[in-house]
Amino acid sequence: MAGYIVRRLLQAIPVLLGTTFLIYFMVFAMPGDPIVALFGDKTPPPQVIEQLRERYHLDQPFIVQYFIFLGNIFRGDLGTSFSGQPVSEILAATFPVTLRLALLAIFFEMVAGISVGLISGLRKGGIFDASALVVSLILISLPIFVIAFVAQYIFGIQLGWFRTTVGSGAPTQDLILPALVLATISFAQITRLTRASVIDTDTQDFVRTAASKGLPRTRIVPVHILRNSLIPVVTYLAVDFGVLMVGATVTEGIFNVPGVGRTLYQAIIRGEGPTVVSFVTVMVLIYLVVNLLVDLLYAVLDPRIRYAK
Amino acid sequence: MTEIVNGANVQQQTSVDVGERPLLEIKDLQVGFSTQDGLVKAVDGVNITLYRGQSLAIVGESGSGKSTTAHAIINLLPGTGHVSGGQILLDGQDLTKASPREMEAIRGRKIGFVPQDPMSNLNPVWSIGFQVEEAIKANGIATGRKEVKKRAIEVLKQAGLQDADRRLKQFPHQFSGGMRQRVLIGMGLAADPQLLIADEPTSALDVTVQRVILDHLESLTRELGTTLLFITHDLGLAAERAEQLVVMYKGRVVESGPSVQILKDPQHPYTQRLVAAAPSLASRRIQATGSISAAESSMADNASDAAGDTIDLIATAEARAELVEAAASAPPAIIVEDLTKVFKIRGSGDFTAVDGVSFQIPKGTTMALVGESGSGKSTVAKMLLKLEDVTSGKIVVGGKDLASVTGKELFNLRSRMQPVFQDPYGSLNPLRNIGNTIAEPLHTHKVGTKATRRARVLELLDQVSLPRTLVSRYPNELSGGQRQRIAIARALALKPEIVVLDEAVSALDVLVQAQILRLLADLQAELGLTYLFITHDLAVVRVIADHVCVMQRGRIVEKATTDEVFDNPQEQYTRDLLAAIPGAGIELGA
Repeated sequence: MAGYIVRRLLQAIPVLLGTTFLIYFMVFAMPGDPIVALFGDKTPPPQVIEQLRERYHLDQPFIVQYFIFLGNIFRGDLGTSFSGQPVSEILAATFPVTLRLALLAIFFEMVAGISVGLISGLRKGGIFDASALVVSLILISLPIFVIAFVAQYIFGIQLGWFRTTVGSGAPTQDLILPALVLATISFAQITRLTRASVIDTDTQDFVRTAASKGLPRTRIVPVHILRNSLIPVVTYLAVDFGVLMVGATVTEGIFNVPGVGRTLYQAIIRGEGPTVVSFVTVMVLIYLVVNLLVDLLYAVLDPRIRYAK
Repeated sequence: MTEIVNGANVQQQTSVDVGERPLLEIKDLQVGFSTQDGLVKAVDGVNITLYRGQSLAIVGESGSGKSTTAHAIINLLPGTGHVSGGQILLDGQDLTKASPREMEAIRGRKIGFVPQDPMSNLNPVWSIGFQVEEAIKANGIATGRKEVKKRAIEVLKQAGLQDADRRLKQFPHQFSGGMRQRVLIGMGLAADPQLLIADEPTSALDVTVQRVILDHLESLTRELGTTLLFITHDLGLAAERAEQLVVMYKGRVVESGPSVQILKDPQHPYTQRLVAAAPSLASRRIQATGSISAAESSMADNASDAAGDTIDLIATAEARAELVEAAASAPPAIIVEDLTKVFKIRGSGDFTAVDGVSFQIPKGTTMALVGESGSGKSTVAKMLLKLEDVTSGKIVVGGKDLASVTGKELFNLRSRMQPVFQDPYGSLNPLRNIGNTIAEPLHTHKVGTKATRRARVLELLDQVSLPRTLVSRYPNELSGGQRQRIAIARALALKPEIVVLDEAVSALDVLVQAQILRLLADLQAELGLTYLFITHDLAVVRVIADHVCVMQRGRIVEKATTDEVFDNPQEQYTRDLLAAIPGAGIELGA
């Protein structure tokens, strides 16, 4: 098991190198001069521009810039943004917010998606199943910003249950509404996935055998149907968690959440190479770790999967 | 043999007290499945009476309604199935009217159930101990963790798992098929039920394992005084294991009565066909008369009386006997010398699947490679077909060493050597119609024009006795037997000299199996084919093969002509395999 984890972490190294290189290249290839853009309408004196260029190594050829960046990362220095703030500080400020938002969203979609999926699967073709299908289809076909604005209007303004935008420090109660909006995206997928999985498991021989042993249905459903059905759902949930961690740009924008998505979006607009690349590197890392955790969780859920030494 | 005969005597002494109320009485049972075309009847007016301490077997082919009857008894019909009429009386209580809660109390407690496939009937994500303990707790047999665990170990030991205490924490995938079946038997008997329903409890297992498990089940139920309802497709097995037989066909009972009587003197034409087609019984009869040629006079009459114009395996075997004599001097089509295959397994070193195997197959004859699962027989076939690399040794096909054959030459060689695999469902592409499936090898090898290919397909359908109209149909519209014929037709498309049949009839019902075996024999006579016939079932070998190689753990332990192997087996392992043929202990009085 330990060997397997080490091997997977080693595999992450080329992935990280590849993604950082690609991102760095793309930021480098963006049109426009970031230093000039920094000053807006004003025209800074040429020596200031030269100084800034030197400071951010923008006078060096691309490949040299990349290796300077890489070297700094290995020393734990993620660089500074154009506003002079260390990137590591920006990361420390935004990631915890996004993490809370993502966890809340995952919690909502998990509870709602799995329960609705389970009931739909057990009562396939019934009224509940049909209504759940209609609701999921509506949610899946609405763009996220529509759902976000409608939720903001109804729950924030009309009913006044939540604040319409997230206050400073992003208190958790302010994150509930954006999390619910985020959860609607994957709710439909999780419902359909759980439903299909439950229907499949319900017809398995071992479920009939469990009944033939004299077990009541109230035990068969959670013990023999739900657990087996959750294996594919857990994969989806975990990957979805990775996606949410990487930031929900639109939702964070609408609710003014000071999280990763909004910050990254602004950095891209400003062409801030170090910030963008550092953020993406951390995101890739999170994604890789989450995927590794999913694979390990698999072995917990399904004892048939045992990773070789 | 004597042991089983004695066993039957004991059973007869303990059974049937006519005045007593039967434990299970099924009266005019109707079971239907609701479909888009209305109600489809799977069981239609079945009557079964089973007294305490008796054993009864329901026999029939797949689709005869035998398993549906069993599932109806415990009210666990799949999908849209439901009882649409009749009564199922367990000790006087009508189970068709029992509430779900009452049924939960009856299942496990009063009626134990042992399902068919040990691979799919245990939940893969829970440990064995958990699943057994769950059954014990649900039926209130023991309370408290220690008591429950103690009972679980007891139950598993009783079912023949000696190291049960150590293995409770293990998961189903860490158990062999036989061990899992023991677990399932243990679970079925966990609450000491009065009635045990065993639905084909061993058909997924190797013959020798099958025998051990059935022997154990028999002695266990006798010891506990459990009434046994046994469901099987194998008439020989049924007659050997149960006092009473019920033969089902298309949802109806066509014949019932004491086993030996039905076997000796079948009344209904369907039962007669079953008796004639069961390889276990046929091989036994061939054996009983000593040699095939001697059998000709006496048995041919007998068989044709019994079977009418339907398939008769003995006649098939006779026809083959002449062929073999003619082919005895032919040059070998396949020579295998010192063939070895070593698989590298990560973490646990090498595994020798095939170990120094040598044999020759004379042209136009059939060599049977017999062994249990894991004996390496299929690996030999794969190496012969060049689907698997050879570790060491030599394979010569038609005078050419396979090792030196590559590229174009290998491509041509493949056209002369064709496989037929076990699973007729898995080996046909569901998205291709039958015509395209059969024509595919012709396409690949660029044989003929579109018109001649089409003609060849029709000719092949004739050869495998299928209607030409099937050309445009799809595999899912065909039965298992028809699919296997398609697979054979595809194998024959390129007019091969050698056909490798890997368990080609193992998945089929007895009657269909008999048809395919006869078809293979006819095709061999007609086209001079050489067969390598791989099987775990010695009963089939007797009917089809000229030479037999018995494999065990990668090695050939016995190699002889079929008659020698059956009449005078040299190895203990071969004797075990022979003894495991169901029905071997029944006197047929031929």
